[in-house]
Amino acid sequence: MIARGAKSGWLFWGPLFAVTWLLSSYSFQLYKALDARWIVRYPKGWELPLEDRISAFLDWLVESAGFYFFSFRDLTRAISALIEAPYQVLRNLLVEGFSNGFGDAAVQIAPALSWIAVIVTIMAIGHYARDWILSVLVGACFFYLAVFGQWESAMVTLASVLISVPIGVVGGLLLGILAYRVRWFERMMRPILDLMQTVPVFAYLVPILILFGFGPVAALVATVIYAMPPMVRITIVALNSVPKEVIEAGRMAGCRNRQMMWKVLVPSAVPTLMVGVNQVIMLTLNMVIIASMIGAGGLGFDVLSSLRRLDIGGGIEAGLGIVAMAIALDRASQAFAERSIRHPLEGNILQRHPWSGTVFLVVASTLILGQFAPAIRTYPDALTITTGPFWSNAMQWINVNFFDTFEAIKTVILQWLLLPVKKFFTGIPWPWGIVATALIAWRVGGWKIGLLAGLLMTFIAASGLWPKAMVTIYLCGVSVLIATIIGIPLGIWAAESPRAGRVILGLMDTLQTLPSFVYLIPVVMLFRVGDFSAMIAVILYALAPAVRYAAHGLKEVPPALIEAGLMSGCTKRQLLWRIKLPLATPHLFLGLNQTIMLALSMLVITALVGTRDLGQEVYIALTKANAGQGIVAGLSVAFIAIITDRIINALAAGQRERLGI
Amino acid sequence: MKRVSLALSAMLAVAPALAAESSDPIKLTLHDWSGQLITTKLMGEVLKEAGYNVEYVQADYIAQFAGLKTGDLHVAMEIWETTGREAMDEAFATGNVVNLGETGLQAIEEWWYPSYMKERCPGLPNWEALKDCAKEFSTPETAPFGRYLGGPVTWGGFDEERVEALGLDFEVVHAGTDAALFAELEAAYQRQDPIMLWVYAPHWAPAKYDGEFVEFPPFSPECYADPSVGVNPDAAYDCGKPRGPIWKVSWAGVADKWPGAAKAIENFNLSNADYGAMVTEVDLNGKSVEDTVATWMTDNKDTWSGWIAK
Repeated sequence: MIARGAKSGWLFWGPLFAVTWLLSSYSFQLYKALDARWIVRYPKGWELPLEDRISAFLDWLVESAGFYFFSFRDLTRAISALIEAPYQVLRNLLVEGFSNGFGDAAVQIAPALSWIAVIVTIMAIGHYARDWILSVLVGACFFYLAVFGQWESAMVTLASVLISVPIGVVGGLLLGILAYRVRWFERMMRPILDLMQTVPVFAYLVPILILFGFGPVAALVATVIYAMPPMVRITIVALNSVPKEVIEAGRMAGCRNRQMMWKVLVPSAVPTLMVGVNQVIMLTLNMVIIASMIGAGGLGFDVLSSLRRLDIGGGIEAGLGIVAMAIALDRASQAFAERSIRHPLEGNILQRHPWSGTVFLVVASTLILGQFAPAIRTYPDALTITTGPFWSNAMQWINVNFFDTFEAIKTVILQWLLLPVKKFFTGIPWPWGIVATALIAWRVGGWKIGLLAGLLMTFIAASGLWPKAMVTIYLCGVSVLIATIIGIPLGIWAAESPRAGRVILGLMDTLQTLPSFVYLIPVVMLFRVGDFSAMIAVILYALAPAVRYAAHGLKEVPPALIEAGLMSGCTKRQLLWRIKLPLATPHLFLGLNQTIMLALSMLVITALVGTRDLGQEVYIALTKANAGQGIVAGLSVAFIAIITDRIINALAAGQRERLGI
Repeated sequence: MKRVSLALSAMLAVAPALAAESSDPIKLTLHDWSGQLITTKLMGEVLKEAGYNVEYVQADYIAQFAGLKTGDLHVAMEIWETTGREAMDEAFATGNVVNLGETGLQAIEEWWYPSYMKERCPGLPNWEALKDCAKEFSTPETAPFGRYLGGPVTWGGFDEERVEALGLDFEVVHAGTDAALFAELEAAYQRQDPIMLWVYAPHWAPAKYDGEFVEFPPFSPECYADPSVGVNPDAAYDCGKPRGPIWKVSWAGVADKWPGAAKAIENFNLSNADYGAMVTEVDLNGKSVEDTVATWMTDNKDTWSGWIAK
C-alpha cells in the first residue's frame, strides 16, 4: 500500500518539477518563439486597479465616511483618546511625574516612581507568582536597565506594554469566547486572524496613523492588532478542551449560560489561557522597534538611533534591554500560569499582605527620601556603565581580520545556492506558477486547498507583484532550508542532552526577542548590502521555532514506545532514526511551518538592507505613505504565508494519520 | 539660575504678544537622525523660552505629512529639498500645509569616496577619472564593473540613468536604509577597501571619514529634463545631483493659532558649520542632544533671542 503510494507520488512530483524547470529555463526563448510577452511579464493592462481603489476607499473613510451624528474619524479619535488617557497616567507614574499646567507654568505635584520602588514592586510580583529565585531573576533584569542607563526609555516601553497587553488579552478573550459560542463567527474570524498574523505590520501603519493620529496611541493600536490573534486562537482551543465532566457538573449545579462561561469554563481554562497571555507579551515586545518608528519612543527608539550613528554597542545594549524586559515579563507570566492556589495567610493586615505592605512602604519612603537624595529618585548617571567601545572594537577586529574568509564563503554560497535558486524561481512564467502551486496544494490537501492556492496566486499576479513575490519565495525558501538544516540537529541535541538544551533554548529565546535590527547592521558590515545579508538575518530570526519544535517533538514521544525500542535492542542511533524522529515528524512540520511564518514576517525588515522583494514594496509604500500599495503588497505576503500554511498543515495531518496518532 | 534669568528676560520681551495666543502645546515632529533632533529641539527650546508650550512627537519623515495636513502635527523642522520635494508639493497643493522658509542649511548629495581611493584612481575628484578606474571599485559580485552603493530606492537620485548617460562602468546597488549605507562605509573604511557610495551632508560621515564628493558636471534643471543639454547629447541625467535648501514646513493653522511662534520659526536660521559641529558632538562624541542644544543656546543667546524678539 505504502509502496504504491510512494510510486504514484514520484509519478506526480517528478514530471511537475521537470516541467517547471524546463519552463523556467526556457521561458525567455518561449516568449521569443511565440512572440508572446505575456508569458514572462504579466501585462499591465490586465492588472487590477486595487491599489488606487484601496487608497481611495481609505481617503473616503477618513475624510467623509460617517454615521448619523459623527464621522468615522471621530469614532477612531474617540477610541484613541480612550487609550491615551490611561497610557498618559502610566507614563506620568513611571517616567514624567505628575504635574499641573504646561511649560514654564508647570507645577509638579508628584515625581515619577523611583527606580528602587519599581524594582521592589516587580520583585514582589515575582515572589508572589512563584518564589525567591524568580523574584531575584526579574529584579536583576530590571536592575540591568538601570545600570546600563536605559531606565527612562525602558519605563516608556513598559508603559506601552502595560497598556497594550491588557487590551490584547481582554480583547482576545472576548473574541475567543464569542467564536466559541457562535459557530459562524468563528468561521468568519479564522481568515481574519490569519491575515492579522501574516500581513506585515508596515503595511497597515499608514492607515492607522491617519485614523488614530500621530503618536504613541497609533503605535499601541498597531501592536494590539499584531499581538492579539494568538490570544483568540488559544481561547478557542482552551474552551474547547475543557473536560466534558466539568461542563456536566456545571449544568447539574444549574448554571445559566453566563454563569457557565465565567464561573466554570473560563476558570477551568485558565492555565491554557495564560499561554496566550504569554504569547501576547512576547509579540508586544517584538513590536517595540516598529512601534518606535511611528512614535512609541522608548527602548526601540534607542536601538534605531544608536544604529543610525553606527553605535553598535549602544544598539546591542538597548536591544538586550528589550530582551531583559521580555525575560522578566515572560518568566513572571509563566509563573502565574503554573501558580497553585495557596491558603490565605493569617494575622493582621501587614501579615496577611506582606508584599503589598512592603511595596507600599518602599514607594512611600522613596517618594519622601527622593526629595532629598536625587540618587533615590533616578539612578545616578555616574554609576551607569557602557560596553559600547568593546563592541565597536570587537566588530572592527572581526571586520579587519576575517573579512576575506567571510567573502570567500559568501561567494561560494552565492554562486552555488542563491543565484541558481533565484534564477529558477524568477524564471517560472506566471501562468505556470499559478497552475503549479494549485497542483501542489491539490495533491497534498485536496481540491479546496488547491483552488484557494490558485486564486491567491492569481491575486498576486493580478496586482502586478509576481516578480517580487518570486524573489520573496526564493529568499524565504533558501533561508528556511538553511534554518531547518541547522535548527533540527540543534533541536535533537537539545532534547537528548538536557544541559546543552538549556543553553541552546536560552540562546533561541534571546535571538527571538533581540530586535533583528541589532544584528542587521553588523551583518551588513561583514557581508555588504544584498541578498546574502538578508538571508543571514532571516536565518537568525527564524531558527528558533525549528529548534524548539524539534526538541519538543522528541520529548513528546511516548515513553512506552521508547521502552519497546530499547527492549528490542535498538542502539541509540537506531532509537533516534527509527523511532523518535518518525514519531516527531508532525512536530517537525509544525516547526517548519512556524519557521516559514517567521521568515516571511522578517521580510519587511530585510528590505532595510536592500532586498528587492515584497518586503521592499511594503517598505516603499510606508515611506511614501501610500496606504493602497502597502496593503496590496502586505496581502500578497499574507497569501504566500497562508498557502504554505495550508499545504504544510495538510502534510502534517497526513503524516499523523499514517502514524496513527 | 542662568536659565531662569534667560527665560525671564525672554518672557518680558514677548509677554505682551503672547496674551492673545493659544496655550495649547505646539507639536514639533522628531525623526530618527540626530541633526533633525538638534534643529527641532533647538527650535522647541527657543519657543519654550518665549513662553509657548511645546510637545515633541515622534513621526516618520514622509508619513508625517498626513498629520501636518490635518493639524495633528504642527511643525516639521527639516524637509530636505532633495528627498522631500515630492511630498512637500503634494501637501502644499492641499492648502493645509505651508512653507516657513529655509533653515539656512544646504543639502548636498553626491557620489563620495574615501581619500585613500585617490591613490588608486589618481584623476579624482573629476568624474572623468571614473571612466578608467571603475574596476578599482569592483567587488566579486559586480566585477568587472565598479560597485556604487546608492541610497534606498525611495530616495530617487537617478543613479542608474546617470551611470548610463555618462558611460560609467558601474553597477548601482541600493542600500535599504541609511544605517546600512553608512555601515558599509564604516566597514570598508576600517579595512581601507575600495568603496564608492551615496553620502549626504550635513551629516556626521563627512566629518568622521576623510574623503570627497565626486565632481560631476554641475546640475541644472535642463540637464535632467532635456537630453540634448550636457556632455551626452542623447541622454538626460548627464550631470550631478541637485543641491538645495532644507525647508521648515508647518500646518497652515499655526500662523493663526500662535502667530508669534510662526514668526519665530520663520526667523530660525542655522549655518551648515554650526549644525555640523553640533551633529559631531552628538554622533561622534556621544553628548546628548539636550546638552548640545543647551550649550549652543548659552553661546549664541543673541542669535536666538533675535528670532523671538522680532
